[in-house]
Amino acid sequence: MENSSEFTPAIVGFLCNWCTYAAADLAGSSKLELPPSFTVIRVMCSSRIDHNLLLSTFFKGADGILVAGCHPGDCHYGEGNYYARRRFALLKKVMETLDMDPERLQLSWVSAAEGKRYAEVVGEFTENIRELGPNPIKNSTRF
Amino acid sequence: MSSIIIDTSASRGVTELLRFLLESGKIDAAITMRNDPENNTYDLGLITDASNLDEAVPLIPVMTVNAGQALSSISISRKKIAVVLKPCELRAFVELVKREKGSLENLLTISYTCGGVFPLDTVITEQIEELLPKYKKIILNGEIPVNTRDTCRTCEHFIPMNADITVSVIGECKPGAGCVMYLNTEKAEDFAEDFAGERSDRKFDPSALKKTLDARLAEKEKLFASITKDGPGLDRLLDTFGKCVGCHGCSSVCPICYCLLCDFESANFDYNLPYFEEHLSRKGALRLPPDTIFFHLGRLTHMSFSCVGCGMCSDVCPVDIPVAAVFKKTGEKTAALFDYLPGRDVEESIPVMVYKEEEFPDIG
Repeated sequence: MENSSEFTPAIVGFLCNWCTYAAADLAGSSKLELPPSFTVIRVMCSSRIDHNLLLSTFFKGADGILVAGCHPGDCHYGEGNYYARRRFALLKKVMETLDMDPERLQLSWVSAAEGKRYAEVVGEFTENIRELGPNPIKNSTRF
Repeated sequence: MSSIIIDTSASRGVTELLRFLLESGKIDAAITMRNDPENNTYDLGLITDASNLDEAVPLIPVMTVNAGQALSSISISRKKIAVVLKPCELRAFVELVKREKGSLENLLTISYTCGGVFPLDTVITEQIEELLPKYKKIILNGEIPVNTRDTCRTCEHFIPMNADITVSVIGECKPGAGCVMYLNTEKAEDFAEDFAGERSDRKFDPSALKKTLDARLAEKEKLFASITKDGPGLDRLLDTFGKCVGCHGCSSVCPICYCLLCDFESANFDYNLPYFEEHLSRKGALRLPPDTIFFHLGRLTHMSFSCVGCGMCSDVCPVDIPVAAVFKKTGEKTAALFDYLPGRDVEESIPVMVYKEEEFPDIG
């Protein structure tokens, strides 16, 4: 087991093209501090993300997964993030029922203008995952 | 709405109703469980010629296939069909109708207060007819037969929802009390018009089945506790699904798992050499075939909220994973998120197809 002070969590962020991805750009150009271990995957909408995509990321060893999209009511396509929220609640409940560290999953709303909030969300989430330790599936030979 | 009382056993009464409907031309086909006494097998029969009804055992506590699933493609024909279903099969069918995989329009649904079914293992190794007298005695007493499916022993939805006709089998239907059929809809009244039997305005009384309900709920708590092992989440997951051989039998018999191309059988889950190389470079070993545990998690998130707890999945599992119990437990929790009950109402939307603007305030 890695020592938690040395542990750098591998986190995958699925970011909505229209808001959070732009916020990530803004955070970068504003020279805000961002954790180096955060891998960004750009999606066209938070509702684009199927459960299996998140589960697959989890089973492939991600320590944490962040899904981030437009604030409710501000979806580029009208209502995508409402569906995303339902699906997210569902996946979280399944992980909770099976005791699978549901805290490793987070959904956040970050608009294109919220570069600072983006840096905060990503920083806090990374810190939470660091405290939680590595995803046990990552190194398990039974998966 | 009225009821019909016929001086015969419930099973015979239903068979006679089907015979009447077929012979009078009110229906084109009937779907009911059948028995082949020569070969000691049971199956779900699709019958158009009334003479074949001699083999019908409509209320036999055996489920060889979830009739809701079997009905799916047949129900979209323009033929009038009467079908005898267990309450969970009817609920499964309603879930399929919501997914545009079936239609209630030309169906007359006949369901009954269900005492639970024997696992398929019992059906193939024992003589069901010999088990029946004891089974009937137990269910009439409001108790639970120990040799039925675990999901049946713990099923609280044994009173049909939305059936056109409800037949009383457990509780009030004491031996010699006759066959009582409740006509719940106008459709049922139309079909059963001119059918023999004494008409009455007796209403179905669910409170008579309170003893059964309490017994099942107590049993459910025990079942849910038994599938949870102490220890870290990962070990629990391995303890539950680690035996999976990846046959996908549970998904093929599941009435809700209807996708024509399942993601898990698609090219998304074709494993290439880079996949193995990447994983092995990190872990040094992995399970073959990969993702057998992921498969169950995927299914749980995709459709657990629609699980009706029929128990087909556990029955066909070659390595005895309690798939149905895990689905039932998880499904109850996921459905509760959306105040949903699978099969309750055909107008009720599937939770992932709708949303409310204000909900889940602690998410996001």
